[in-house]
Amino acid sequence: MNYVLPVGDFLMAGEASSNVKKILNQLGIPPRIVKRTAVAMYEAELNAVIHAYGGRAEVEITKDFIVVEVIDDGPGIPDIELAMTEGYSTAPDEIREMGFGAGMGLPNIKRNADEFSIESEVGKGTRVRIVVYFNR
Amino acid sequence: MKVEEIVKILDAEILTSGHDPGLEIMHACGSDLMSDVMAYVEENVLLLTGLVSPQVIRTAEMMDIRVICFVRGKNVTPSVIDMARERGITLLVTRHPMFIACGMLYSAGLRGKGVRD
Ligand SMILES: Nc1ncnc2c1ncn2[C@@H]1O[C@H](COP(=O)(O)OP(=O)(O)OP(=O)(O)O)[C@@H](O)[C@H]1O
Ligand SMILES: [Mg+2]
Repeated sequence: MNYVLPVGDFLMAGEASSNVKKILNQLGIPPRIVKRTAVAMYEAELNAVIHAYGGRAEVEITKDFIVVEVIDDGPGIPDIELAMTEGYSTAPDEIREMGFGAGMGLPNIKRNADEFSIESEVGKGTRVRIVVYFNR
Repeated sequence: MKVEEIVKILDAEILTSGHDPGLEIMHACGSDLMSDVMAYVEENVLLLTGLVSPQVIRTAEMMDIRVICFVRGKNVTPSVIDMARERGITLLVTRHPMFIACGMLYSAGLRGKGVRD
């Protein structure tokens, strides 16, 4: 299966993750694994919306695992190691007022994913890849 | 603790009718920071929050949180209520502020923190 999902504005953020969550539930994947996937994807989706004016999500589901890639053409991340640090955030005040921007997202994606990678180029964009296995 | 007991203790109003009032809640978390909720909550908590936005419902959806209580008598828009209803999430609203609402539930015996250390 392959889905290309648009990632829209902040108020819409989560549509793609919500759809994927529904599909995984329909496939009978254990709730704990569905939750991990949904949380990781939602954090990536939020990042694309908050830090990079939106992007897209590509999702591949096989019998054994799901691969989610969230891709944007935003400003990119100059220092990925710094961005991965808990508590580091460049989110603007209006995002903090909405309850986000604590610098927890990327570490949380890593914690919930079985495989996680991030590629980013300043001025070009960012690609986050998440793999979650169904039977581990 | 059942949702109907929580409603009574907090003198809360149920914004989404039709959901199971007998649902058992063992843990609660009071937070306005959805980043923290997503990073630390592990159990199926009651989420108490002063934030009223679609992203609160989204966060609950991803985290399998079944019940949210808005504190300090927040005005909740019909679209937020609809979003919750569609997802089977029960919404409550209490006039009590966060600290008092959490204290009342804790005193009544709801003790599970539901977050990882
Ligand atoms: N897609 C992206 N494009 C550009 N910068 C990004 C992107 N994703 C993350 N970043 C940068 O990395 C930082 C850390 O991201 P992370 O998701 O951990 O925290 P946050 O989004 O700031 O806050 P939170 O996720 O807790 O709401 C961001 O503040 C931002 O500077
Ligand atoms: Mg983030």
